[in-house]
Amino acid sequence: MSLIEAKIEAAPPSAWSELWRRYRRNRAAVLGLVLLGLVLAMAATAGLVEPEDPLRRAGEPLIPPFTSWATPLGTDQLGRDILAGIFHGARTSLLIGIVSTVIAVSIGILVGSVSGYFGGWIDDTLMRITEAFQTIPNFVLLLALVAIMGSSLQNMIIAIGIVSWTAPARLVRAEFLSLRGREFVEAARNLGVGDAGIIFREILPNALPPVIVFASVIMAISILLESALAFLGLGDPNYASWGNMIGMGRSVLRTDFYCVAIPGIAIIVTVLAFSLIGEGLNEAVNPRQKKS
Amino acid sequence: MSKQQTTGPVLEIEGLRIALPEGADRPLAIDGLNLSVNAGEIVCLVGESGSGKTLAASAVMRLLPEPHVRVTAGTVRFEGQDLFQLSEKQMRALRGSRMSMIFQEPMTALNPQKRVGWQIDEVLRLHTNLSRKERHARVLDILEQVRIPDPASAVNAYPHQISGGQRQRVMIAMALVLQPKLIIADEPTTALDVTTQLQVLRLVRELQAKFGTGVLFITHDFGVVAEIADRVAVLRQGELVEQGPASEVLNRPRHPYTQALIAAVPDLRPPKPKDFSGAPEVLRVANLKKTFKPKRSLFGRRRNAVVAVDDVSFELRKGETLGIVGESGSGKTTVSRCVTRLLEADGGSVRLGESDVLNASRRDLRALRRDIQMVFQDPMASLNPRKRVVDLIAQGPIVHGEDPEKARARARELLSLVELSPAAAERYPHEFSGGQRQRIGIARALALNPKIIVADEPVSALDVSVQAQVLKLLADLRDRLSLSLLFITHDLRVAAQLCDRVAVMEKGKIVEIGPTATVFSNPTHPYTRKLLASIPGRNWTPPVLAGNAA
Repeated sequence: MSLIEAKIEAAPPSAWSELWRRYRRNRAAVLGLVLLGLVLAMAATAGLVEPEDPLRRAGEPLIPPFTSWATPLGTDQLGRDILAGIFHGARTSLLIGIVSTVIAVSIGILVGSVSGYFGGWIDDTLMRITEAFQTIPNFVLLLALVAIMGSSLQNMIIAIGIVSWTAPARLVRAEFLSLRGREFVEAARNLGVGDAGIIFREILPNALPPVIVFASVIMAISILLESALAFLGLGDPNYASWGNMIGMGRSVLRTDFYCVAIPGIAIIVTVLAFSLIGEGLNEAVNPRQKKS
Repeated sequence: MSKQQTTGPVLEIEGLRIALPEGADRPLAIDGLNLSVNAGEIVCLVGESGSGKTLAASAVMRLLPEPHVRVTAGTVRFEGQDLFQLSEKQMRALRGSRMSMIFQEPMTALNPQKRVGWQIDEVLRLHTNLSRKERHARVLDILEQVRIPDPASAVNAYPHQISGGQRQRVMIAMALVLQPKLIIADEPTTALDVTTQLQVLRLVRELQAKFGTGVLFITHDFGVVAEIADRVAVLRQGELVEQGPASEVLNRPRHPYTQALIAAVPDLRPPKPKDFSGAPEVLRVANLKKTFKPKRSLFGRRRNAVVAVDDVSFELRKGETLGIVGESGSGKTTVSRCVTRLLEADGGSVRLGESDVLNASRRDLRALRRDIQMVFQDPMASLNPRKRVVDLIAQGPIVHGEDPEKARARARELLSLVELSPAAAERYPHEFSGGQRQRIGIARALALNPKIIVADEPVSALDVSVQAQVLKLLADLRDRLSLSLLFITHDLRVAAQLCDRVAVMEKGKIVEIGPTATVFSNPTHPYTRKLLASIPGRNWTPPVLAGNAA
């Protein structure tokens, strides 16, 4: 049987380098990665730009941008340095984006996998609960939660996670429904693997790629949700956040628009970065969808 | 039809070369194909998967997925006319009227939204100026000719309302309604059960002779070739290796590749039976029952329950192979799932040695699973694509408490047992061919040192030459490890070679069970007789060729 041995070819490139090769083909996705790198760099160097408190008074109020060396992007109506706010705000926004996405995706995976794997009344119950969450508009539910729990940063992150888990749950459930009938799942059951082992070791790794792609969208949405809350004055005033800056700047929008515009651009860039990355990942993971 | 026409070639393919897109496994799908089909002749184009036979057919119809796959050289002449010179409009006028195609899967080739009559009528509407009434008469007439029972009501049926065999008849009716000069049939019977397959093959033969049509028949099955072909062309990796009259190629193949392919076709005569009366019994199934109850929705109508397994009993002795044969829907797969308790049976008992499988608790069942392992039909689907081969094989022992390092070491040994290189251990399933994957599946089943292996159609997704190797391996391992095999198959040739006893299932019941040699030579039940009479090429015995007999 030397014939069969000879037939095994040289090892193909690893899965990661293959993924990167396909991701690279989409220029917009690479731009997204660059933009995200920029935001990450801002978050990392925030301590260098403003070692103390970004909320402290740095100069005269309402200095326009590009007029003073001490405050290159100007100051707001309380005399706070906008540049420092943007850099420290990057930390807050990324923190919110990442942690609330982790919360949303974890709940989603748990509910979706249990629901899709077991089916029957478990599925029915869990899906009715999911639908109950879905029927309430996201932002209204978020407002209610923040109103009840109070608007500290932790509470806001948890609340954003709680309003965003339904979509990943449905996604995971759909993947499980199609995967649980596959022969490799039967094969694992036949080896004596328990339910938990089948859910988390057999099916989940195969169901993950679309969830990871979707996670980038959730991150973008989480950042927007926090900004919207802050804009309404429900943000955590103890942290420098882009939403807070826009919320504060609203009152001087007509005279000193830059107080709103600069953090606005920061939010757009970050959300754009996540969206482009999500799209690029989706194409890299499902190469067949794009081929005509 | 004049005498002259029946002998001249309808289709002439010369030096056809089809290029594949970059990154494909080879640059050319077809390289220099020369082939002709005469009027009133059936030419079988035979090859294994990936040989380019379907692309050759598409090229003739000019239905290649251009520009990825395109013809780079050669000519195709249909009744003397060079098809590659025709405009798309002229080509459309030819397709369906002068040359037509029958596809493999009639369910997907028919439009599920349109009635059968409408779909046949469409061909007439596109290519003729007949009035509505005349067209309706033609549709009824052709349905009658393909022997659809009650054509008048079949006209108004939707494709899902008729059986698979009848759907294929409708496809044939569509292909034949304008009495084309050439029919290209791409594996038209592969998706059908043997009994239906034989009827469809006979129908094609009969109608083709009646209308003097030339048929290019694409297949991978030498049984079908023996049944239907006038001439045979064998394709390997896009190259024509042998061409000649059917009797010549089937009985005296010249090219080593053809010889190897034919040697791989299992012989219908079972080998000498072995005696197992002294061997201990390892599995006893008694009065097994399984009914699939439809899920009742809130407002939905209640549908009928399907009895999949009805009072099935058999026993299996140590070292013995019991084949369960039957057509699709006979319940044979359900039996395999109930015996391994991947499905819960409704009644009866399954005893594995001294233990009761059906009433075992979850913990006992886990322990029992060591003794009864499965090999699945689709080797790609049954291996988790995200696990390395060594982890796939070692998974069973690890779940049962074996030390992971030891289990992996043993997995590597098992790889050599199933004749794979040890280098395979670190690879992922998609890096292997179908036959190699099935070897991995077998190694996984063996990892727990089972007493019984339940194999559910383990070779039906494989090419015939690979199939022969995997069957040989299974038989080999069975004898070396004195395993008992419960072998589920629809292929009676395979059953004849591998099984000591066979149980024939029809509609959930075992209608006949006995030693393979007895059942094959002396079938008592009418259904068994019908099955055996339907095996394609049953009158052709693959020649034993010197040097290839092993």
